[in-house]
Amino acid sequence: MNMNNIWFIMKREFNGYFATPVAYVFIIIFLLLCGFSTFFVGNFFERGEADLYPFFSMHPWLYVLLIPAISMRLWSEERKNGSIELLMTLPVSVFEAVLGKFLAAWAFTGLALILNFPLWITVNYLGSPDNGVIFTGFLGSLLMAGGFLAIGACISATTKNQVISFVLSLIVSLIFVLSGYGIVLDFFSSWAPLTLIDAISSFSFLTHFDAISKGVIDMRDMLYFISLIMVWLFANAIVINARKAD
Amino acid sequence: MTLRIEIEDLAKYFGEIKAVDGVSFSVNKGEVLGFLGPNGAGKSTTMKMITGFLAPTRGTVRVCGHDVLTDPIAVKANLGYLPEGAPAYADMTPDSFLKFIADIRGLTGADKKRAVQSAAERARITQVMFQPIETLSKGYKRRVGLAQAILHNPPVLILDEPTDGLDPNQKHEVRTLINEMAHDKAIIISTHILEEVHALCNRNVLIANGQVQFDGTPHELESMSRYHNAVCIAAADVEANAFSTFLNALEFVAEVEALSSERGFRVYPAEGKQITAELSQVVRDNGWQIDSLYAEHGRLDEVFRTLTTNKS
Repeated sequence: MNMNNIWFIMKREFNGYFATPVAYVFIIIFLLLCGFSTFFVGNFFERGEADLYPFFSMHPWLYVLLIPAISMRLWSEERKNGSIELLMTLPVSVFEAVLGKFLAAWAFTGLALILNFPLWITVNYLGSPDNGVIFTGFLGSLLMAGGFLAIGACISATTKNQVISFVLSLIVSLIFVLSGYGIVLDFFSSWAPLTLIDAISSFSFLTHFDAISKGVIDMRDMLYFISLIMVWLFANAIVINARKAD
Repeated sequence: MTLRIEIEDLAKYFGEIKAVDGVSFSVNKGEVLGFLGPNGAGKSTTMKMITGFLAPTRGTVRVCGHDVLTDPIAVKANLGYLPEGAPAYADMTPDSFLKFIADIRGLTGADKKRAVQSAAERARITQVMFQPIETLSKGYKRRVGLAQAILHNPPVLILDEPTDGLDPNQKHEVRTLINEMAHDKAIIISTHILEEVHALCNRNVLIANGQVQFDGTPHELESMSRYHNAVCIAAADVEANAFSTFLNALEFVAEVEALSSERGFRVYPAEGKQITAELSQVVRDNGWQIDSLYAEHGRLDEVFRTLTTNKS
C-alpha cells in the first residue's frame, strides 16, 4: 500500500468539499443542530452539570441525518461523471482510493466536530468539567462518525445516483442506531431469548457510544467501531472491484 | 522495434452479448495504431481492458512486458489514457487537476512543475489553467484530458476518440500534438473519423462485432477498395460511346463506368494494377486529347462499410 497515494487522494477529495458551498452549508447546519440539541433537547442549563453529555448524546441522531450527506458523493459522483475510469486507470490500488476518500470525509467530519469548541469553552467558563471525559467524548464521537461514514462510502459505491446513496445510507445508519434503542429492544424482549437481544443491542452504535460519551474507555467499544469501519471499507473495495464500469 | 502492447485472444462478454470476442494484435514503439470500427464494435471495451479498467472474460494484455491482470499498477504506470468523453474532476481547475495527476504519477518538486508546465503547453491549455474545468468548452476539456494522459511522458498512450467533438482547428492541433509524440511511443487511437487514418496513423486495426476484420497499413486498407488504382479520365471533343468502347477494349481494363458529374469515365484496372501511365500513353497514341486524368487511391468509407456490414 502506497501511503503517498492515499494522502494525495485524500487531499484532493478533502479540497473537493470546499470547491462548492456544500462544505460551508454543511458545517453551519451541523453547528446549529449541535447547539440546538445541546441547549433545547439536552437541557444543558437545567441539568446544572458541568459536562457536555447533552451535546454528545444527540450525536448518533445528528449523524444519521447528516453523515450520509457527506458520504453520498464519494463514489456516486465519480460514477456519474465517469472520472472513476480516470481514477482507476491511474497507478493506484482500489484500496488506496477507498481509504483516501474515506479519510478525507472523516477529516472533514472531524473539522466540523472541532468547530464546536465554543461549547467546550462555555462549559469551562461556567464550571469546572472533567476535560478528560470531554476529550473521550470527542474521540468516541469521531469514531462513531467514522462508522457512519464507512457505511455511507460503501453504499455510495453501489450507485451513481447521489439521492439514492443518501437515502440508503440514512436507512442503514438508522438500523445501526435503532438496534440499541429502548423501544426496539422492548419489542424483542417480550418473546426473544436474551442472547438474541444482547446480540442485537451489541450491534448498535448507541450501546457502544453511550459509555464512551460518559468518559468510559472500554477497548471493546473502540474495537467495535474500528472493526466496523474496516469491514465496511473492505466491502467498499469489493463493490468497486466487482463493478467499476457501470 | 520494441514491442510495447501485446494483446492475445482478448474477450469480454456482458452476459449473452459478446462485446469483444477474441481480439489479438500488438503495437510497437513508433507505431500509431488507428483503432477503427463502427459505434458499439468493441473499441472502447478493448481499450478499457488494456488500461486495466475492465477485467477481460478471457485473454491476456501485456503493456511494456507487464501483465495487466497480475501487475496492474506497473501497467498503469506505463500508460497514459484518455477515456471516452475525457472525464475529469469538474470542480477542479486544470492546474490543480494536473498537479494531482503529477502527484499520483510520483512526480515531485521541479520535475512535477516541469511536467505540468510542459503538458499544459503541449495540449495548449495554458490560458485556462485557473478556470474550473466545468466552465471550459468541450474542446478545452478534451485537451485537459489529453494533457493528463501525456503528463508523465508515458511509453504507451491509449486515446479513446481524442478528436471527437472538436472543431477543425482543434482537430488539427490535437493531430499535430500526436504526430509530435509518435516517434518514441506506442499509441492506440480509436476513431470513426476516417480522415484520421491518413492524418495520424501508420497502422490500422478495424474491428466489428467484437472481432478484428483488418490489420495492416492505411495503404493496405485503401487497396481493399474496388476504387483502388481506378483512373478517372476525360477526353476533349470525343464522342462518348466511341471513347467508352475504346477503353473497354483495352486488355488491362476490367470495367468502365461513366461518371455522372463530368464527361468522363472511371476505368477499373484488371487485377488492381496501376494503369495510369499505360492508359494515358495508349489514349494519346490513339490521338485522343486528354482533358483530365487522375488515379484514385481507394475509398476508406467504402472499405469501412464493406468490412463492417457484410458480417451478419
